[in-house]
Amino acid sequence: MPVSLNNSEVVYQALKKCGIGLVSALPETWLVHLLRMAEDDPQMILVRLAKEEEGVGISAGAHFAGVKSAMLMQNHGFLASINGIVSFAQLYRIPLLMLISYRGHFGERDPWQTQGGGATEPLLRALGIPYSFLDDPAKVEKRIAEAQTWAYASLHPVALLLTRELMWEEPA
Amino acid sequence: MMQRLECLRAVYDRLEGCLVVTIMGAVACELQSLGHKPNFFYLQHAMGLGSSTGLGLALCMPQQKVVVFDGDGSILMNLGGYTTLARYRPRNLVHVVFDNESLLSVGGFPTATSTGSDLEGVARASGIACTKTVKTMEDFTHAFDDALGTNDLTSIVAKVEAVGPKGYVTELSLLENRFQFKRYIEKSTTETRRHGEEKK
Repeated sequence: MPVSLNNSEVVYQALKKCGIGLVSALPETWLVHLLRMAEDDPQMILVRLAKEEEGVGISAGAHFAGVKSAMLMQNHGFLASINGIVSFAQLYRIPLLMLISYRGHFGERDPWQTQGGGATEPLLRALGIPYSFLDDPAKVEKRIAEAQTWAYASLHPVALLLTRELMWEEPA
Repeated sequence: MMQRLECLRAVYDRLEGCLVVTIMGAVACELQSLGHKPNFFYLQHAMGLGSSTGLGLALCMPQQKVVVFDGDGSILMNLGGYTTLARYRPRNLVHVVFDNESLLSVGGFPTATSTGSDLEGVARASGIACTKTVKTMEDFTHAFDDALGTNDLTSIVAKVEAVGPKGYVTELSLLENRFQFKRYIEKSTTETRRHGEEKK
């Protein structure tokens, strides 16, 4: 599978370094290695979801309990979580760290991903959720740490888009 | 028919020491009317995520009892959440659904439980081992006490009358509640830790 194992490892180690103790996730192709790493890690609470919006509630519960968490999802999962993000995380000022695989952008071959690809950034902007890109393995650790720092300083959701450049190794 | 307020009143004393999450509307309002406590969190929107919040708390604090007061309208928006609860089976979580077969706070429109959808059946079929439907105060109180006393995830469906308070806005601000709840947990975990150290 051309999902980058090395870069998945870089992302996972960056999450560990940030003190993430709980990861909620719904499987998607780009996230398979990350999910396996979370599953194999006895220190990590992995919650596999039926629908991504549940992850907002789970992360809020974790935050109340003093546990740092991250949500791993596809951008369509982000679309499916919007009510929870607005009417829980934003309404109650919950620092959410969302790692969103940015499907449907340039290079995407799956036609069904393309509409969501186009909607992702405009929606993040409309919701006032600051976001950045994970595209260079050398910058992943710093960018995740900085996003998390901002989320806790502002008590607000923040998004990091996992890009094709980082996650996919097959030539276009 | 059983009333939600009376159910809450009957078990109010048992909530001491538990983390309590309620959904919005009548449940939040009525629990506050009995007396707000810092260990109560009222999720005043995000319908469906009360049970998910309870799951996050319960998984992160396995020694802590967590009680979720849910409703039929809310849980119907997150039936998949039952499968996630069942999958992780937090043994410290008590999930109560007050099923009044109605979206009461928006005018009493009937939900699908009024036409036969059985939430206990959904919970059981999702894989939750301990489930119960109760219709009397006595049964509710017993079921709740059993759930608190047992070391397993329990889902109780309490069939209640579709009556509630006149209004739904309370004095307690959402953010005040949220920060107070988190502080309560911080304080209780610090005290537990200190107590544990003393024991050593």
